[in-house]
Amino acid sequence: MHSVLGDRRSIAILLGPALLVYSLVMLLPMLWSLGYTFFTGSVISGFSYAGTANFEKLFNDPALPSSLWFTVKYAAAITLGQVFVGYALALLYVFFLRKAGSVVRTLVFFPVVLPTVAVGLLFQKFFEFAPQTGPVNSMLETFGFEAVDWFGTPGKAFFVIAVMDIWRSMGFYAILLYTGLLDIPDDVMEAAAIDGASTWRLIRSIIVPLSLPVLVSSLVFSINGTLKAFDSIYALTGGGPGNATTPLTLYMYQTSFAYGDYGYGATIALTLTVLCLLVTAFIFRATRRAPEQG
Amino acid sequence: MALTIDSPPSSPAAQVRPRPRKPRRVLRFVRRIPGYLCVAVLLLLVAYPLVWLFLGSFKTQAEFLNDSTLALPDSFTNFDNYSQAWSSVALYLRNSLLTVLPALAIIVVIGTAAGFALEVMVWRGRGTTLLLFLAGIMIPGQMILLPLFTAYFELHLTGTLWPLIITYTATGLPLTVFMMATYFRAIPREVFEASTLDGASIIRSFVSVAFPMMRNAVLTIALVQFFFLWNDLLIALTFTTSDELRTVQVGLLNFTGQFGAVEYGPTFAAICINVLLILAIYLFLNQRVMRGLAAGAVKG
Repeated sequence: MHSVLGDRRSIAILLGPALLVYSLVMLLPMLWSLGYTFFTGSVISGFSYAGTANFEKLFNDPALPSSLWFTVKYAAAITLGQVFVGYALALLYVFFLRKAGSVVRTLVFFPVVLPTVAVGLLFQKFFEFAPQTGPVNSMLETFGFEAVDWFGTPGKAFFVIAVMDIWRSMGFYAILLYTGLLDIPDDVMEAAAIDGASTWRLIRSIIVPLSLPVLVSSLVFSINGTLKAFDSIYALTGGGPGNATTPLTLYMYQTSFAYGDYGYGATIALTLTVLCLLVTAFIFRATRRAPEQG
Repeated sequence: MALTIDSPPSSPAAQVRPRPRKPRRVLRFVRRIPGYLCVAVLLLLVAYPLVWLFLGSFKTQAEFLNDSTLALPDSFTNFDNYSQAWSSVALYLRNSLLTVLPALAIIVVIGTAAGFALEVMVWRGRGTTLLLFLAGIMIPGQMILLPLFTAYFELHLTGTLWPLIITYTATGLPLTVFMMATYFRAIPREVFEASTLDGASIIRSFVSVAFPMMRNAVLTIALVQFFFLWNDLLIALTFTTSDELRTVQVGLLNFTGQFGAVEYGPTFAAICINVLLILAIYLFLNQRVMRGLAAGAVKG
């Protein structure tokens, strides 16, 4: 049996195609991209060796800190929002709706599968200020407030991005955390309830600690996704006003394709990759210690 | 105290039973009202933007400019917006289908084979290879964009849909391989022992036994990847150099520009077509979509 399962030719036939495509289209370009950080130019204009000029530019680029800061701020805020709202929904599903909530779960999940571009354009129209007042501003006016130019100032644009991303993804985190909550044995909670634990105490001392693993994977998944966010922001604000809502992903795209500087674009892409790896490594370290303490 | 009032001890049980239950049921309902309100608000928040979009897709330009944005459209049989939107959306849909479906087919076949080789078969270095695939889940797409653009340019593939098919296939592989390897873990090895004893080669076992056994897993992964690829913007935006090659997402973005920022009706209709299409797939397969996406997330 072992010789059959260890047959090299069969392994090569089964694994070969996937490994080949993956290496040629993902691994090799990654190394190639590292090489680009020492060049300037583009496919159209041709490349020339630039030494460490791109890295010097990176440290002196006034647009980079704001872009980096936006990426970090966005990832932190959206992750907290998504996981918090998702957890609240999951608790609602488990303790209030129980088994009967499948219609609610299905409906709340639907925005998750919608194309982000469609959602971005929808929210753009939904919060529109001019030329056509959107529903949000219409409602504000109905209640006697003044209409707000949502995409005119950085703070308000950030707010709309946050609202949109949480609207879009809360159903997903709700399902993820809901399945985690279902795994908590009923008798543990019954025992605590008989001991006289209040609902709040039950959540704090039993439910949160027992659902910690799935909470952590939600956090990892959310951070990983929000650091790479591109579509939703590109469709909603296009990075504006000015470059106030330009994450690294979008800044890299603009540098490479609008300004035709592949070398510097690759350097920004590298910054983004390093950021992703650092954050992931940090979370894994932090969470590996957590179960030992708890 | 409440207990003694609710059930007078002297009455015969058969007569009393319906009475004390009723107030308790009412009380229970009253206590649950805040919860029901929460659910109602939640559903309103989820559904209203979509309902508003749907209503907007039937409005004429005059209604957009003159009526309140909260008003209902004058007529629900006015399909002008849709026919106008469809004239370009049809092409974008065709492009999306022509890129996503081939990529999906290749991903599923070679991804499952790789998962089989990495989990069922025994050889040195398979753990490392699996980790190599896993690394691909974390790498941002921006990192591979520029070299690929150069490569496709040199290979004269720009101007076709091939760059999209190739890139989609590669970006879909890491998660597929990883999930498939996990699913194969649950299949008892005796199955393959039996097929070997019956004289099948290991390749034959994979094609005739393992792959059919994974039918459900394959469908789940295909569905997850379908949503990822269908909703992609970054890769499509980079590699679609002409209007004829635009996928649905890129086409949608350019829609506003094409008709000018003030042509609301067709824009709404175009977004609406996208939403309705996904809604149809979702309603048909919603349990599987929810479970599949959640499974993919925990593993990623």
